[in-house]
Amino acid sequence: MTTPKIKLCAAEKHYSSPQGEDVIALAPVNLEIAKGEFVCLVGPSGCGKTTLINLMAGFEKTTAGTVTIDGRPVKGTDPDHIMIFQDYGLYPWRTVLGNVLFALEAKGLKKKEAVEKATEYIELVGLTKFTESFPHQLSGGMKQRVAIARALAVEPSVLFLDEPFGALDAFTRMYLQDELLRLWQEKRPTVVFVTHDLEEAVYLGGRVVLMAPGPGRVQKVIDIRLPWPRERTGDSLGKYRRELFEEFHLVHQQASGEAEYVI
Amino acid sequence: MKLFKRHNNVLPGFGITLGFTIFYLSVIVLIPLSALVFRTMGLTWGEFISTVTAPRVMASYKVTFGAALIAALINAVFGVLVAWVLVRYKFPGRKIVDALVDLPFALPTAVAGITLATIYSSNGWVGRYLEPLGIKIAFTPLGITLAMTFIGLPFVVRTVQPVIEEIEVELEEAAVCLGANRWQTLTRVIFPMLFPSILTGFALSFARGVGEYGSIIFIAGNMPMVSEITPLLIITKLEQFDYRGATAIACVMLLISFLMLLVVNLLQKWSRRYAD
Ligand SMILES: Nc1ncnc2c1ncn2[C@@H]1O[C@H](COP(=O)(O)OP(=O)(O)OP(=O)(O)O)[C@@H](O)[C@H]1O
Ligand SMILES: [Mg+2]
Repeated sequence: MTTPKIKLCAAEKHYSSPQGEDVIALAPVNLEIAKGEFVCLVGPSGCGKTTLINLMAGFEKTTAGTVTIDGRPVKGTDPDHIMIFQDYGLYPWRTVLGNVLFALEAKGLKKKEAVEKATEYIELVGLTKFTESFPHQLSGGMKQRVAIARALAVEPSVLFLDEPFGALDAFTRMYLQDELLRLWQEKRPTVVFVTHDLEEAVYLGGRVVLMAPGPGRVQKVIDIRLPWPRERTGDSLGKYRRELFEEFHLVHQQASGEAEYVI
Repeated sequence: MKLFKRHNNVLPGFGITLGFTIFYLSVIVLIPLSALVFRTMGLTWGEFISTVTAPRVMASYKVTFGAALIAALINAVFGVLVAWVLVRYKFPGRKIVDALVDLPFALPTAVAGITLATIYSSNGWVGRYLEPLGIKIAFTPLGITLAMTFIGLPFVVRTVQPVIEEIEVELEEAAVCLGANRWQTLTRVIFPMLFPSILTGFALSFARGVGEYGSIIFIAGNMPMVSEITPLLIITKLEQFDYRGATAIACVMLLISFLMLLVVNLLQKWSRRYAD
């Protein structure tokens, strides 16, 4: 393998609780993500998925260990590495076009060029008819598509998504999963995708990183050697799903065993 | 806006609530105001015009509304700054500063007026250092602006503060993440979120400035044509038992204030147009 796009070396994160105790949100993690890879992070609530993705996206600093992207240590956020949030983070006072334009303007693109590019990405997510609509006039799924268009328009080399479809119904979710795959195959950014939905992880990921809580850590990394687009109900996917569910069951048992002591 | 509509439905029904609103506004606001207008009816149109456009009266409008406007603008800038610091920074004594903001509310206006006059008069604590620089505050329109700024500050701080507290950090984070620098985040993300509340604070501060009497007369010097505010002129007329003249001027003040507040309201509506 060539040099990895993202590399975590014994990266860990501690917080101090309000009582002043040391909370290990993430025990040392070693992980390498190749350029153009689609990696899913899954695990039960509290296992440090958000913490891990925040470390990579530069929203948080490691307590120990290092996170590097393109060989450079991550020091803060970077428009080349964009995060898409669960509740979209759209600006309610800007239209769909205005929202997508935001980052392009920040980048200093000329107005005409920026509008052209924004329009192109709005079309890419199929919202051309809603270019002049405000976010509150859109459904949840459409909002998330705007957020995706806004992120992609900057043409980032890494896309971080933290439970992006968590608030959506099953149909919209499946639809957007396919959309995301299509966009990923077209633009080939490196994607790190957090979810607590095992189905989603197996369906999307080239690799699935299963995490476990108490303290948050990487339990197992499963390679899903299947081409895209995948068949949701296919046997080959079923095999991987079973493997993941079995592993998850173990994690879950551990988690519930420790629940008493956590409380 | 959607939220608003839903809230409305909690009350018994549109008809009843609207009826009550109109009744309440009539008793509290409209009837006293119309009494004011009736009072001026005793004047002929010509008399009315000549009373309200007398040079001394015109000068007082300029002083009053001009100073109130400038004071409200100053407050709109520095009040937001104060609110920002109070919400976003933890520093020792923050609670005390927070309490200090309300002081202009609580202080009897006369006390505020006397205090300001003593501090800024030519031999006061501050005034004595400004005088050699050629800056005279007490007994000038500058002093009036200062007093209006003082009493108007809490209005801006207290309307903007809760909005800053409620800002979704995610929107800021998204901006930073999308490559916006600090200035861009401030002007394109934070300012649009605060703008409607800044406008409200501005309008309140302005209205308070226009209506203020007690704290201003001590520092104003009340020189006709220069530093005489309209409310004082009204009182003077009342003292001379010129009730009609007083109410005529009051009517004009009312009209101008109403128009200015209307403009602010429209502006505010415009600033929130995306929500309709
Ligand atoms: N700012 C913080 N201060 C203290 N503890 C924190 C903080 N952020 C996270 N933690 C702790 O770190 C652990 C991991 O949190 P994290 O948010 O990464 O979990 P998660 O896997 O994203 O969970 P979920 O699926 O519910 O989003 C949790 O036990 C949490 O209590
Ligand atoms: Mg999370």
